[in-house]
Amino acid sequence: MKELTIVSGKGGAGKTSVAASFAALARDKAIADCDVDAADLHLVMEPAIKHREPFSGGSKAEINLEKCSSCGLCRTLCRFDAIDEDYKIDDFACEGCGVCTDNCPEKAALLIPRHAGELFVSNTRNGPMVHARLIPGEENSGKLVSLVRSRAREIAENEKLGLVLIDGSPGIGCPVIASVTGVSLLLIVTEPTLSGLHDLDRIASLAAHFGIPSAVCVNKFDINIEMTNSIEEYCAGKKLPVVGRIPYDTLVTKAQIAGVSVVEYSGGAAALEVSRVWKKTNYMLETC
Amino acid sequence: MKEEIRQTTTIAVASGKGGTGKTTVAVNLALTFSRAGKKTLLLDCDVEAPNAHIFLGTEGMESSRVTVRVPVVDESKCDGCGACGKACRFSAIVSLGGKALTFPSLCHACGGCVIACPNKAISEGEREIGAAFRGMFHGVDFAYGKLRIGEAMSPPLIRVVKKFKSDAELAIVDSPPGTSCPVVQSVRGSDYVALVTEPTPFGLHDLKLAVEMIREIGIPFGCIVNRAEAGDRLAHDFCLENDIPVIGAIPDDRRAAEAYSRGIPLIDALPDFKLLFEELGGKLIETAEACARKEVRR
Repeated sequence: MKELTIVSGKGGAGKTSVAASFAALARDKAIADCDVDAADLHLVMEPAIKHREPFSGGSKAEINLEKCSSCGLCRTLCRFDAIDEDYKIDDFACEGCGVCTDNCPEKAALLIPRHAGELFVSNTRNGPMVHARLIPGEENSGKLVSLVRSRAREIAENEKLGLVLIDGSPGIGCPVIASVTGVSLLLIVTEPTLSGLHDLDRIASLAAHFGIPSAVCVNKFDINIEMTNSIEEYCAGKKLPVVGRIPYDTLVTKAQIAGVSVVEYSGGAAALEVSRVWKKTNYMLETC
Repeated sequence: MKEEIRQTTTIAVASGKGGTGKTTVAVNLALTFSRAGKKTLLLDCDVEAPNAHIFLGTEGMESSRVTVRVPVVDESKCDGCGACGKACRFSAIVSLGGKALTFPSLCHACGGCVIACPNKAISEGEREIGAAFRGMFHGVDFAYGKLRIGEAMSPPLIRVVKKFKSDAELAIVDSPPGTSCPVVQSVRGSDYVALVTEPTPFGLHDLKLAVEMIREIGIPFGCIVNRAEAGDRLAHDFCLENDIPVIGAIPDDRRAAEAYSRGIPLIDALPDFKLLFEELGGKLIETAEACARKEVRR
C-alpha cells in the first residue's frame, strides 16, 4: 500500500483542488483530509458520514478554589503564565503539563482532559474518506492528523486498496510533519510567486530532512511564467521532478462552487493538465 | 480620560484558509501607516512559512538564535526510578533499562521532570528551535521568526517574535493560517483582529472557523474580503448575517497578482491600491484604537 501526501508550504497554492481531482482520478484508494484545523476537502466530496469518534487532544489544569490556600507555588512553577492572581487558569496559555497538579500541597489543581475535536469516516462517490474537525483554538493537531492517517490506512488495508491519498496542511510544523513522515511520495503544489518559491524551499527541505521522495507541480503557472521558470530551475538544482504546470483557470473556482473537483466539472485547460499530473504522479508512486 | 499612558495598539491579521492575502494586507498596511508618520512595528509570526521579508527585505537584519529548555540527565545520579516519566505528560522523558532517556522534540519545557527527580539528576540544557530576525525597512520596524526545519512546535518561537519591544504606536501581527495553537499564540493580546478572506466556498468555510476561534478568545474583529469580484456577495452576506463588520474589500486584479508574484508591495506597484490601503488603514486604525482605549479603561 502506498501513501501520497499533497503539501505546499504556502497556503492557498491549490492542494485541496488537486487532491479532490486525484480522488476522482485514482482507482482503489482511501482518502484522508489531514488539514484538520481548516479542512475543506469535504466541501467538494459530499461525504456521507457513517462513523464518528470524539478526539481528546490534551488536558488543561483546573484549580479547586475551595481547596486552594493561595500559597502561590503553582504560579511560581508554571512556566506558561497560565495562572492569574486569583488562581484562575488561562486555557489558552495552559499546556496541560501537570506541574501545578503534581506540586500543589493542597492537591487543589487537577488536569481535565479536553474534548478537542471529532473524527469522521465517510463514504463518498470517490471512495472511503477519513476527515476530522479540530475545535477552533485547540491544540494537538498533529495527534489528530496521525489518527486520521492511521484510520485511513486501516480502511485501505481492510478493503485491499492500493493507495491512501492525503491532503496536507500548510506550513512545515507539527500537523505537516505528522502527515508526511514515512509516506511513499510527496506532491508539492506551489505557485509562481517569490513567496511560493520560498515556501517550496521550506517544505522541500523538510522532505529532504525526513528522506521522503518528492515531486513538484506549479499551479497557476501562467500568472508569472518567468517565476515558473525560476521554480523549475530551483527544482532541477535540487533534483526534484516537476510533474506539471497547471494553468490559471476560472473553472477551478466554478467547480468548487458546484461542490466537485475540476476534473469532474468540465474539460478545460486546468482539468486536462491535472489529469496529466495525476498520470505522472501515479507512475512515480508505482516505481517508488 | 484623554491622557492615558501611551501604548502600542496591536492589530493581528489572520485567516482560516491559507493564501487569502494575510501577508499582502499586513505588509501594505504597515507601509501605509509608516508613511503616514506612525511609528509602526510589523511582526511576521508565520514562522513555518514566513513571507513578509520577501516584500520588505532582509539586509542588515540582526539575528538571534531561539532556544527552548530541555532536560539533561546526569546518568551518574539517575537510578532509573521513573519519577520523571510519570511527571511528563508529553512522553518526552522515560525510564528505560534503568536510565532516563529523553526525546527533546516532544518536550514542552515545563520543567516538571526537574522537580520530580528525587536524586536531582536532571538539569536543563538548550535546544535550538529556530531564529528571530529584526531590522528597519522603509520606516517599518520589522521582525520575523524562522522555525528550524524538522521542528514541530512553533508557539515558543512565536512568543519570542511577539516579545520584541518597541516604542511603536502600532503593531501589525501577520499570523499563520489555520485555527489551532500557532494562530492562537499569534493573535492573543491583540486589540483587534482583521480576518482576511476570499469569496470562494473554501474561503467562506474557513472564515467561519476563524470567527469561531476569535470569538472564543474574545478579541473584537472585522473582515477584509480579498479578491472580491463585483457583485459577488458570498463573504459580505455571511458577515452581514453574523454581525461581522466588513472593514473593506480588495478587488480581484491580475496586476495585483503579478506585483505579489515579484515581491513588490501593492501600494508601490499600483497607485489605485495605494489609495485603497490608505482608506482601509484609516478605517482599521480608528476601530482598533477605539478597542484599545476601551481595554485601557476596563
